[in-house]
Amino acid sequence: MATVTFDNATRVYPGTERPAVDALNLHVEDGEFLVLVGPSGCGKSTSLRMLAGLEDVNAGRILIGDRDVTDVQPKDRDIAMVFQNYALYPHMSVADNMGFALKIAGTPKADIRQRVEEAAKILDLTQYLDRKPKALSGGQRQRVAMGRAIVREPQVFLMDEPLSNLDAKLRVQTRTQIASLQRRLGVTTVYVTHDQTEALTMGDRIAVLKDGILQQVGTPREMYDTPQNVFVAGFIGSPAMNIATFPVLDGHAALGRTRLPVERSVIDQFTEEDRNHVTMGFRPEAVDVIPATDPHAIPVIVNLVEELGSDAFVYGSLTNEFGAASSVHSGAGDAQVIVRVDPRQVPAKGETIGIRIRNGEQHLFHAGSGERF
Amino acid sequence: MSPTPQRLQITAARPDPALLDLPWHIPLEDWPAETLAALPRGISRHIVRFARLSGRVVAIKEIGETVAHREYELLRQLERIDVPSVEPVGVITGRRSPEGEPLEAVLITKHLQFSLPYRALFSQSLRPDTATRLIDALAVLLVRLHLAGFYWGDVSLSNTLFRRDAETFEAYLVDAETGDLHDELSEGQRAYDLEVARVNIIGELMDLQAGEFLEADVDAVAIGNALAERYTDLWRALTEVESFGYGDRWRVQARIDRLNDLGFDVGELDITTDVDGTTVRIQPKVVDAGHHSRRLMRLTGLDVGENQARRLLNDLDEYRAATDRQAEDESFVAHDWLTGVFEPAVRRVPRELRGKLEPAQIFHELLDHRWYLSEQQNRDVPMKEAAKSYVKNILPNRPDEQSILGVQAGDLREGSQQPPVDEDEIIG
Repeated sequence: MATVTFDNATRVYPGTERPAVDALNLHVEDGEFLVLVGPSGCGKSTSLRMLAGLEDVNAGRILIGDRDVTDVQPKDRDIAMVFQNYALYPHMSVADNMGFALKIAGTPKADIRQRVEEAAKILDLTQYLDRKPKALSGGQRQRVAMGRAIVREPQVFLMDEPLSNLDAKLRVQTRTQIASLQRRLGVTTVYVTHDQTEALTMGDRIAVLKDGILQQVGTPREMYDTPQNVFVAGFIGSPAMNIATFPVLDGHAALGRTRLPVERSVIDQFTEEDRNHVTMGFRPEAVDVIPATDPHAIPVIVNLVEELGSDAFVYGSLTNEFGAASSVHSGAGDAQVIVRVDPRQVPAKGETIGIRIRNGEQHLFHAGSGERF
Repeated sequence: MSPTPQRLQITAARPDPALLDLPWHIPLEDWPAETLAALPRGISRHIVRFARLSGRVVAIKEIGETVAHREYELLRQLERIDVPSVEPVGVITGRRSPEGEPLEAVLITKHLQFSLPYRALFSQSLRPDTATRLIDALAVLLVRLHLAGFYWGDVSLSNTLFRRDAETFEAYLVDAETGDLHDELSEGQRAYDLEVARVNIIGELMDLQAGEFLEADVDAVAIGNALAERYTDLWRALTEVESFGYGDRWRVQARIDRLNDLGFDVGELDITTDVDGTTVRIQPKVVDAGHHSRRLMRLTGLDVGENQARRLLNDLDEYRAATDRQAEDESFVAHDWLTGVFEPAVRRVPRELRGKLEPAQIFHELLDHRWYLSEQQNRDVPMKEAAKSYVKNILPNRPDEQSILGVQAGDLREGSQQPPVDEDEIIG
């Protein structure tokens, strides 16, 4: 077991000016499950490949435990890329399928058997050890592949979008299995995905990257409750946060006919770049539905209601009364908002409802830099 | 509510309308036998089937939509940069069952004619050098891929197909799912690919041993290690910097000749001298495989494997000497050799035996056979006579190799026909 440290690690591809990964500083604790997440091209896979030794590090260092591995060959780093290759051999027993890499490395037979049995116990495969892979279900075969990595007892597991070629159902199942297995094994794991739901459900901590730059790292709860900038706010959470930029007049943000008080302490922090504007975000569940006639209501025309049983979401447009409609964007698009409503009282399509952001549940960001106040 | 109907989206460079006739509304696993050419046997992560399409065979793989498009693009790029790989036909998405259930996207590739899966080449009677030749072919493929900046990610014998190339094999990449094309590979990427290859090959050989298709005393680990050695030697020969004194300039040409012997053309050679001009350093910057096959193509229009080309060119040289035409333009002599020697010999093979081997491979075997007969009878046996004997005594006993599909190790022996296909053995 070991920690993993990216110390100002930078990767610049030949012929490009902007680094693919720009001075990444990240410390992964021993036994931690860290998820690297971000949109395509953000540098998450490059970061993982730098850790694996597949990408050169142009500046900075990478450490596994106290050992500087920046210039160490991939096979000598004591890491395992899990799920990269999980073809199973049909004529070998499950035990041999799990232990063959140890056999190649010349590990004594008794040791191999012991490690395979231990891994099988954790993976619930003990009773299948002497069978052929043909006798196993799809999920069990995946666990055998995982067992291959486990018996090598690496310091760190690396997983690069391991679920991307599974169908939706198996993806959700495997997601849970990997997460719980990792906790049982306690092996430090770095996991890459573009899917923020996967990140939220699996990681002890999440690191969000964009354009090669680390945006924020924290627990799923921290990322959700206190996003450090507008990008993280919009990226984490599904449906996404509603985000809008408003002018601030007399200590109030003007939302159409509604005026939301903005604290003095926030206004004091305004910079020139902000031009007296504030960017405000509110999650779909951070609003109350009130009569549209209420003077504090923001009117929303219902375009679509998504009913999920336990929840219902209104996808709506803002009306013309709402002066800054075009400055609002959400997961549904520009001038659109997504609002969670009581699933037992859903409005009809075309109806106008009134919403009010619950006090203290808005997120305020600098209009200029996008940083959180 | 009526089920959502199927709306197929076909991405293909040269779409074949016959694609629409295949039963896309049925999961691949349940495709009716009459559409299938054979069931694949062996190890694959995905459901794969071979189907007939417009008189040829295609391989169809069920795989996630994004991954399918990605692999399709990669295979197209590999085709453009001329690396031996299977040819992509297209990607089909938007499949649905009649009940409206969405089905997985598929990637379609052309089946490579006369190609052999490694399992077909192993049997109880494995000639010891077959393993070595397969490994050599794979090492050449891996070097070529790496020179082109392609990181494979999952190098293995099962992700490769082999084609006979005179007495050797030529390897083709089949599965590019884990691959990536870069401008240039890092040391780490090359080393990792090589380590994955080594471990996978040993695993695959151990599997054949577990299934008793390969003698237990074959040293699987040594064969895997041999790949790493072959690769390293070839990589060094192709890329190493060489320095020598100014007086030894003949070494420039010697290096080029050596690379040609290895089957590579030098597209660009970097030559630098030190300040006082006493030392010369040379390093090949661009090398292209296929030195002999390109030369044969230029002379005769024949498109064959590198070692087949070498063999054919040797025969052409002999023909030139025997007919005393060394002073003549090579391309005229080549034309006469093609119409007077190669084509008549290959045409002597009756139509029903033409599915056994490729024409160039048949010609290679014919040359071997003639040599064998001549030695036995202690005289120069003419080609016509040798061909007659070959067609009568040798060729009929060879298996049909035009489309070897769904074979298991040990299925393919001298004289055997297409093996009966029983239970599907896809694992993973």
